[in-house]
Amino acid sequence: MKKRKFGLVLTSVLAASAILGACGSKDEEKPAKENDGATSDAGSSEEAFTVAMVTDVGGVDDKSFNQSAWEGIKQFGTDNGLTEKEGFDYLQSKSDADYESNLTALVRRDFNLVFGVGFMMMDAVEAVSADNPDSHFALIDAEVKADNVVSILFKEQEGAFLAGVAAAKTSKTGKIGFVGGVNIPVINRFHAGFVAGAKAVNPDIEIQVKYTEAFDKADLGKITANGMYSSGVDVIFHAAGATGNGVFSEAKERKKQDPNANVWVIGVDADQYEEGKVDDKTNVTLTSMLKGVNTAVVDISTKAKDGEFPGGQTLVYGLAEDGVKLADSRGAIPADVQAVIDEYKEKIASGEIVVPEKVEE
Amino acid sequence: MSNRVINLLVPIISIIIGLIVGALVMLVSGYDPVEGYSALWTGIFGDSYTIGNTIRQITPYILAGLAVAFAFRTGLFNIGVEGQLIIGWLAAAWVGYAIELPKVIHIPLALIAAAAAGAFWAFIAGFLKAKFKVHEVIVTIMLNYTALYIANAIIRNLTDGGFKTERIHESASLRSDFLRDITDNSSLHYGIIIALLMVALMWFILEKTTRGYELKAVGFNQNAADYAGMSVNKNIILAMTISGMFAGLGGAMEALGTFQNASIKAGFTGIGFDGIAVALLGANTPLGVIFGASLFGSLKYGSLNMPNAAGIPEEIVSIIIALIIFFVASGYIIRVGLQKLSKKKEGQ
Repeated sequence: MKKRKFGLVLTSVLAASAILGACGSKDEEKPAKENDGATSDAGSSEEAFTVAMVTDVGGVDDKSFNQSAWEGIKQFGTDNGLTEKEGFDYLQSKSDADYESNLTALVRRDFNLVFGVGFMMMDAVEAVSADNPDSHFALIDAEVKADNVVSILFKEQEGAFLAGVAAAKTSKTGKIGFVGGVNIPVINRFHAGFVAGAKAVNPDIEIQVKYTEAFDKADLGKITANGMYSSGVDVIFHAAGATGNGVFSEAKERKKQDPNANVWVIGVDADQYEEGKVDDKTNVTLTSMLKGVNTAVVDISTKAKDGEFPGGQTLVYGLAEDGVKLADSRGAIPADVQAVIDEYKEKIASGEIVVPEKVEE
Repeated sequence: MSNRVINLLVPIISIIIGLIVGALVMLVSGYDPVEGYSALWTGIFGDSYTIGNTIRQITPYILAGLAVAFAFRTGLFNIGVEGQLIIGWLAAAWVGYAIELPKVIHIPLALIAAAAAGAFWAFIAGFLKAKFKVHEVIVTIMLNYTALYIANAIIRNLTDGGFKTERIHESASLRSDFLRDITDNSSLHYGIIIALLMVALMWFILEKTTRGYELKAVGFNQNAADYAGMSVNKNIILAMTISGMFAGLGGAMEALGTFQNASIKAGFTGIGFDGIAVALLGANTPLGVIFGASLFGSLKYGSLNMPNAAGIPEEIVSIIIALIIFFVASGYIIRVGLQKLSKKKEGQ
């Protein structure tokens, strides 16, 4: 009895190994191919400059800055004829604890430059850059003072200022809203710029502000937007990642019910025109405040490739550097308002107006 | 087939089936299972760095698992480990950076603070259950949210609107240069020793003390325990409090070991919820929790290497890991299958 039972187990184990074995033989070429890649990589390591990035918990498809950074990496990769995986790659983090491991993993694969994307990666980049003094790192949205790290910051407040101008000029009720993600310095800059811009063109404007404390909760965004629109707000600027998708769906629902409703959303980070589509003719996206993470990534990678890695520096991308700007409104913003926006844009770019980073209480 | 053989075979077969189904998923989606699994393997045991980080990942899982398991033994379902862990995390970080003390006092003090904070958070649920018969599942779920947002608010207040607390003092840190050196700069810390001590403590309480006997008795049958003269309410409160203590210590591992601070969280860490699975995998026994936590922690950490070394996308990796855990957890099916088989054979 026992022997037969054992035989059954043995067969199942054998079957398993057969299946696994089959896969093994089928893919035997693959490791070989990879070896080729590795050797050719090693051979051309003098010329080929490789880049990689680690996302924060938002993931690479967050329609926001992680995605934007990855697009920058991809662009740099294709421009320089690199292959994905060997020449450029990304790793996603599932929790805060993964940042260090992911950064270290990329360093060990000998990427010439490793990007940490997002404010939350600050500690991890600091630790890993100290452990690997010979590797180069770039950190987006936060600052680390180390010779092998370049920090990239954006003047979100400058772009948000223009969004504030657009919102205040578009609003008919004199009430506009700001929906923030988590209450952290980066989002505060959006907030401060938006308020400053709106007040600049209409000092009496009422601005409702709400931080949802989450970047990934569209339902919260929807409820918040509902409350704001119901109280008479007609333009909402969101800086809340995926939470902001709820703001869009609330605005679209209102527009669907009543095509004459005056509801607008200003998108963030990427051009969110597609998000605001109600039907072919109607769209609730007034404009979007673009944050040029991709441009910055390409810029830094190119500099580093040319041997001009700006280690230890903090680079700040604002309106003047084209690091932040408003997206094409596709006619949603009338020409006279656009003229005002352009006017402020020049004043900020030239330094005539300095936009505050923090909200004045 | 003897029970012993079955007991041994069940986990082995379940893991093998899990691996096979995971391999099928990889094959179907066009990835090489051998490459995938060797990436998983090297992600866990590849070198001293990954081993160090795997152990670091296992540490909080052990404590979260203990917390769930302990409450389970008294018939309570503590879903609030996540919240207790977050509160413990904050308490440990605060003691870690706000006070300056010699190391021999500082670390224990921070640990006690974390344990007390977690215990208090669970005590609320235990108290409500004992006094007003409010179901602990509802209370603990809700206390998770309150814990998350209260911790966020406190951190914001402590730091004047900042995002994270100051780094804890060196004297409160569980990290050590020695561990970093032998594991090639991994974030391994001494927390694993504390976690294992707690495993021993739970075993001791449950198996070697009168109180533990009472706790278990309440878990088996409240009415019988009551009839035997044990105070059910007292034991419910005590079980929740001890459970919360373990959870709070889990938070201390993150505060004093892995992160060295407490930061504002946009969502749950997930450790507390995974703790439920860890406890169930380990059949709610102290030793079983070590096994469950090791499996969870290794798979979780090792799977990070699958996109890295084998190029398998994140989503597929999550499916594979979930499948492996699924089959390990459904060991009962395999046990029944084995027993049926042996009966059939005997009948022939």
